[in-house]
Amino acid sequence: MRAEQISVFLENKAGRLAEVSAILAEADVNIRALALADTSDFGVLRLIVNDNQKAIQALKNRGFTVSKTDVVAVEVEDRPGGLHRILDILHQAGINVEYMYAFVQHSGKNAVMIFRIDPIDEAIKILQKNKVTVIDGSKVYTM
Amino acid sequence: MILDIGFETMPREDLEAIVLRRLKATIDRVYANVPFYRKKFEENHITPNDIKSLEDLKRIPFTTKEDLRDNYPFGMFAVPMDNVVRIHASSGTTGKPTVVGYTARDINTWAEVMARSLAAGGATRGDIIHNAYGYGLFTGGLGVHYGAEKLGASVIPVSGGNTKRQVVIMKDFGPTILTATPSYALHLSEVAEEMGVSFEDLKFKFGIFGAEPWSENMREEIERQLNLTAVDIYGLSEVIGPGVAIECHEAKKGLHIFEDHFIPEIIDPGTGEVLPYGEAGELVFTTITKEAFPVIRYRTRDITSLNPEPCICGRTHIRMNRVTGRTDDMLIIRGVNVFPSQIESVLMEMDEVEPYYQLVVDRKDNLDTLTVLVEVGERLFSDEVKHLQDRERKIAKNIKDYLGVSAKVKLVEPKVIARSQGKAVRVIDNRKI
Ligand SMILES: [Zn+2]
Repeated sequence: MRAEQISVFLENKAGRLAEVSAILAEADVNIRALALADTSDFGVLRLIVNDNQKAIQALKNRGFTVSKTDVVAVEVEDRPGGLHRILDILHQAGINVEYMYAFVQHSGKNAVMIFRIDPIDEAIKILQKNKVTVIDGSKVYTM
Repeated sequence: MILDIGFETMPREDLEAIVLRRLKATIDRVYANVPFYRKKFEENHITPNDIKSLEDLKRIPFTTKEDLRDNYPFGMFAVPMDNVVRIHASSGTTGKPTVVGYTARDINTWAEVMARSLAAGGATRGDIIHNAYGYGLFTGGLGVHYGAEKLGASVIPVSGGNTKRQVVIMKDFGPTILTATPSYALHLSEVAEEMGVSFEDLKFKFGIFGAEPWSENMREEIERQLNLTAVDIYGLSEVIGPGVAIECHEAKKGLHIFEDHFIPEIIDPGTGEVLPYGEAGELVFTTITKEAFPVIRYRTRDITSLNPEPCICGRTHIRMNRVTGRTDDMLIIRGVNVFPSQIESVLMEMDEVEPYYQLVVDRKDNLDTLTVLVEVGERLFSDEVKHLQDRERKIAKNIKDYLGVSAKVKLVEPKVIARSQGKAVRVIDNRKI
């Protein structure tokens, strides 16, 4: 049920983000979700794309440091308290959310959030037990 | 003031006779007591008897920093440890420090040349000396300290750091002589200004600055901001510490080398050939009075030239000009010697770090800053910002622990660090000195 995210190391300077999106466009890779976490010096760009292999190859060819990370795509009810419910389930189970970000597309009526959680398999089990929809990786990339 | 009129103004001919006698005695002793020197002499088919004139010194091979490292820690000592009363150390090229030892007589010799230096720089026994050189393994603090006591001045062993407290002491104790690195002197002046203390109202007359490279422009700046006369002092622990050479405040034009203790030569760093007076090359020293740690033709890696012209102050000892550079890539940051290779070994010891790094040195508000750019390869990278920050901190801590110098670590993308012909450009020194 895991999804794969790719992470890219970026120096915090003008134009780097645009360069990544240009490289991916050139490689015919479609960005499905994106979040940038940064400090004054550097940033980590997190991406969900439709073709990980292609994206990683294209970025590496251009000298970027890239890694793959397992994340979980979760459907979140698009109403007040929707996100809170999920965070609460994880919190109650003592599971740590490292970070999360929103997916561009909805899944039907629901929003989709990407969670970086540890331990991931336990988290997936607990979410499913609580009737939270975890979207399979293969589906996420093509949503 | 000339402290030791007898030696410091001795006619050259008499001085040279004493130098030769002392050189011969030193050669005899190292040949008998230091296996390293005996071996070197034997390899070159030289015996102490071959050294008949000062010219013959040229026949003896050089001693290098690597030789000291190979004999780490005490292999170069010429006396039993029983006779060693002090040990100092400074950073070396591969992380191993250079270790030097002193007998009681060496400590006295050092105090004497340092007292002479303070006197040449304007100090008298009536002065209060604010000694802001670091105390510790570094020879700066204790070297000046013993010299000040020998001179009979009052010394404040304030050491480095805690600048605000230093300003308060300067205001309350009224020191008249400042000893510090030149960059720290300027930093003191800025902090004083922030605290509303003007050097105009302080009692400083002379400042004796060294342990890092500086320039005539910086001298003017210091003299203007600190309202004192600034002179340059030179020394290195391998030779004795501070007090090898000093500028007289009368001329402020080159540093008199205390030739009754140290023989200077200038060589072509490429060929090893001795260069004539006035030509710039690598400064080489032979100590002729030291007991515990004599060095024979030690290559300092400092670039300068010698000036034999008589000086208006009356001293007959030869002058060396300001050090203008280094034959190696050593950086001096806030008085601490830093070799890029040391940073490299710190990084290499950390599994996740790639051997691509660059050192950027700046001088901000008169304090040297070192930034280490480290390329983020796949092993160092993490999708979590806090992990990357942890790694930055860990690298900075290791550098601090290992080298004793604070550095800012900055993670950069791969290949940002320019590579010239396959070899990375390791150092960018933006200091304008
Ligand atoms: Zn002079």
